[in-house]
Amino acid sequence: MKTPAILSVLGEDRVGIVAAVSAALAANGANIEDIRQTIITGIFSMTMLVTVDEEACPFDRVQAELATVGDELGLQITLQREDVFRAMHRI
Amino acid sequence: MRIEPEEIAETLEMISRHHLDVRTVTLGLSLRACAADDIDEIARRVYDRVTTAAGRLVPVADAISREYGIPIVNKRISVTPVAELIASCGARDVSPIAIALDRAGAEVGVDFVGGFSALVHKGIGEADRRLIDSIPAALAATQRVCASVNVATTRAGINWDAVLLMAHTIKACAAATSDRDAIACAKLVVFCNMVEDNPFMAGAVHGSGEPDEVINVGISGPGAVRAVVESLSPDADLTEVAEAIKATAFKITRMGELVAREAARRLGVTFGIVDLSLAPTPAEGDSVAAILEAIGVERCGGPGTTMALALLNDAVKKGGAMGTSRAGGLSGAFIPVSEDANMVRAVRDGALTLEKLEAMMSVCSVGLDMIAIPGDTPAETIAGVVGDACAIGVANTKTTAARLIPVPGKTVGDEVEFGGLLGSAPIMSVNGWAGTRLARRGGRVPAPLGGLKN
Repeated sequence: MKTPAILSVLGEDRVGIVAAVSAALAANGANIEDIRQTIITGIFSMTMLVTVDEEACPFDRVQAELATVGDELGLQITLQREDVFRAMHRI
Repeated sequence: MRIEPEEIAETLEMISRHHLDVRTVTLGLSLRACAADDIDEIARRVYDRVTTAAGRLVPVADAISREYGIPIVNKRISVTPVAELIASCGARDVSPIAIALDRAGAEVGVDFVGGFSALVHKGIGEADRRLIDSIPAALAATQRVCASVNVATTRAGINWDAVLLMAHTIKACAAATSDRDAIACAKLVVFCNMVEDNPFMAGAVHGSGEPDEVINVGISGPGAVRAVVESLSPDADLTEVAEAIKATAFKITRMGELVAREAARRLGVTFGIVDLSLAPTPAEGDSVAAILEAIGVERCGGPGTTMALALLNDAVKKGGAMGTSRAGGLSGAFIPVSEDANMVRAVRDGALTLEKLEAMMSVCSVGLDMIAIPGDTPAETIAGVVGDACAIGVANTKTTAARLIPVPGKTVGDEVEFGGLLGSAPIMSVNGWAGTRLARRGGRVPAPLGGLKN
């Protein structure tokens, strides 16, 4: 099952954030569909639309892998199914 | 249409900073097949039914919570009013059924089980009386079980005999748990116009018009609404305030509906309703009173409070009704004193009184909720307070309720700590002029003309 999801990353800017997050996604079969990223006064903020291939890797395992990356880099990384944003912000 | 980063940030902030959550995913279960001649047999069937039907509720709700990043605070079960199961069993004490529900609830990992209940708005049946007589023992012996009794409806009027009986039952519950600050009373609610699909406690039951199994979801989010109101310009007029609340209620409701639909699908049961209620928690800022204060009342309970609450309640319903076609349950802002930090502060400051709460009840859901009162309050006075709540419900064709806690040994100025979502509360003063004559008249207050709609 291909599940669209929103990945959001927030934390202090440093070298290698995009690389580490992208590597974790690739290693778990999740495809990046869209990326938006900004840095405001040193705070790194990135949102990605990704597609999680749950046959390659279950959703909760992708979440766990990303949590590990977040811990290592001191970032807040959240992966949520996309439907929740669509439900809340679209009629 | 892609989701904008600002929208993602807004959702994350509502959840992480403003306590937005789904308060409860409640599985309604029919227990009709559990009726039997023998109390132990009923208890056995009830245990088996609940553990079999609800075994996957908690893991499914937890998985949804993780995948969507939405906290689901409680998982609960509501069941057929237990009085409907015991007509043919002669046991005087039917608390073993509550104990079976409690064990089953623990087994499947839910927070509460509601439905140790009876509907007696027009008359008290023999089984109903045994159920009510068993409530103090049942609630004292269990952790998770909640009881509720419906004593009035707009169609039937107020069963005044039942109101006095429930006043005595509230006192008996307090006595049965006097060593625990009368905690049993926090699990007992007396209703007017009880609804059949309420996912919230202590009043959840699984009504006779419901399918065998159903998922009902109670949303929450006072903190998110408060934050939106606080973010408005201080000069924003009340129409703008209402509009902002409406837009937020829509988002909160859509989140609840998504959770409800997904939980129902994964469990393979019917999706019942989304209850559009703002339910406070003791957490700072997650408060209905704080919304009223953000609207502009200096302290909850001050003049203007009822109007601000009416505006809030109306805007939540309008936004919520746009967000789901399955609005149901109680659907209104809750005003449980002990569970709302700003309401507790307002009581301590002398801004909020029982009489003002009575006025507030007339424009929101559901009533005189989680109010600690002196332990020596007479049953006749409690009956009067409950009767007033019922009158407002009957006359206005709305649900009202009373969850009063006469704490033994405590009086005005003392505090009581219930813990968890139930919070803590100062003991509130009760008007001492009820007398005894009214309560002892008995009989039934006739239904109002407004009930004759056919």
